[in-house]
Amino acid sequence: MILYDAHHVAPAYAVRLLAGFLGLPLELQGMDVYPGHDDRSDEFLALNPLGTLPVLVDGDTVFTDWQEILAHLALAHGPDWYPATDPALVGWLGIARDLAASAGAARLMQTFCVPGDLAEAKAQAERLLDEVERRMWFAERAGHGWLLAGTHPTIADIAAFVSIAPCEDGGLSLRDRPALRRWCDRVRFHPGFVPMSGVFPPMANT
Amino acid sequence: MSTIDPILWNDWHPVAETCTLLSGPPVETVLLGVPLVIAADADGAFHARRTDDVPLHQDERYGLVWVCLGTPERPVLAIPEADEPDRPAVTVGSIRVQTAGPRVIENFLDLGHLGYVHARYLGDDPHTQVLPYKVDALPEGGIIATGCKMFQPQASPAATEGFMVDYVYKVERPLATCLYKANPVHRDRFDVIFLFAQPVSEEESIAHPLLLCLPDGTTAADLRTFQQLIFMQDKPILENQVPKRLPLADGAELPIAADKSSVAYRRWLSKIGMTYGVIPAQARAA
Repeated sequence: MILYDAHHVAPAYAVRLLAGFLGLPLELQGMDVYPGHDDRSDEFLALNPLGTLPVLVDGDTVFTDWQEILAHLALAHGPDWYPATDPALVGWLGIARDLAASAGAARLMQTFCVPGDLAEAKAQAERLLDEVERRMWFAERAGHGWLLAGTHPTIADIAAFVSIAPCEDGGLSLRDRPALRRWCDRVRFHPGFVPMSGVFPPMANT
Repeated sequence: MSTIDPILWNDWHPVAETCTLLSGPPVETVLLGVPLVIAADADGAFHARRTDDVPLHQDERYGLVWVCLGTPERPVLAIPEADEPDRPAVTVGSIRVQTAGPRVIENFLDLGHLGYVHARYLGDDPHTQVLPYKVDALPEGGIIATGCKMFQPQASPAATEGFMVDYVYKVERPLATCLYKANPVHRDRFDVIFLFAQPVSEEESIAHPLLLCLPDGTTAADLRTFQQLIFMQDKPILENQVPKRLPLADGAELPIAADKSSVAYRRWLSKIGMTYGVIPAQARAA
């Protein structure tokens, strides 16, 4: 499987993270999207006309949506990560996409000077983070550790984690969101975890 | 006449990468609180202007557009290695950091963080000990740290094994620093990595790394990816340092022997009378 990838792109990290948890080998095809513009090259646009990363090539099939890639890998290699009978999965994946468009966008503006409305992105991210914190706090009280009820993490955790864990890069904070900090630690300590710059791996002494 | 620190006001600062301008829309940025727009014209020439149209000085070197808002007292920093034909200048992009420029420069000089913040790349636990090194003043101003050594599992994209890497660090201008480190293939020659901190405000910066590396089979894209990966490990550490402005008073923070270069950098900034992005020594007593 070939993953068209850039280290700092959160949706691409989501795929690397799930592959880590599933123990799947990925052949990474690194792209210089900043300050180079490999994602605007004719060659890449022929593969993905939307020009977004990541892209997964699995055999003859090309996947161009990051959440579809997560679903594909989970269905094929780790069905526990894809609880298809729980409608909450759809809701959480939607929230994860909204987080990418707000917290994720703020991070790119505050890191690689990507143009955009920083105040609006942060305001929307604050609302979402508050809601996810509220739900996680009550979930913990009910004995759950993950976004969906159950004992196993899902692709929804991964999809939300890649925007929430590095949110400080965008000027947001988990300081007053203790349930999200505990949930981030559960993801970080899950076997097979791989880091991204800005998302620290568990240290030997923690 | 600006009231901003003349040391920075009359010096040159990088404000944009030329590769970004050639392939994209104009870049809007801020230097010392002054909004700027930098654009490339149809002929590939670069034009920097203040949004209030007050004149400025501009230059183009090493793949970067440079601006001086005041009266330049000297040219853009000379980099002799940039003239060596086998070292292409590779810019890494503009990377925002919510802290003062001197904090960014000081972090670059710090050997102590390599084994923790850059674990498995530029250092590793338990090889975290900082061996003694030497720090001297440069004749033209600034500091040089020599005899630095660090065991690095992945010193650069071309490294295939960990090795003890020799380093030299220099700070030649308040917000310009560089390091020389052994190339994993040409171990008798050095890769040169510069870091310029564009002061956006007293507590915000844009880092502009510049790589002058020897040919070792690594592509420009590989070098950029590696350097961004490293810098983005530093960003959250830098943004959590309090206060954001660098305190210059001796004893304001508690250095250890490994911080020798940091102490020398702070003392040099104090000596030349730097005031922007720092907490001057006398301000603490007041």
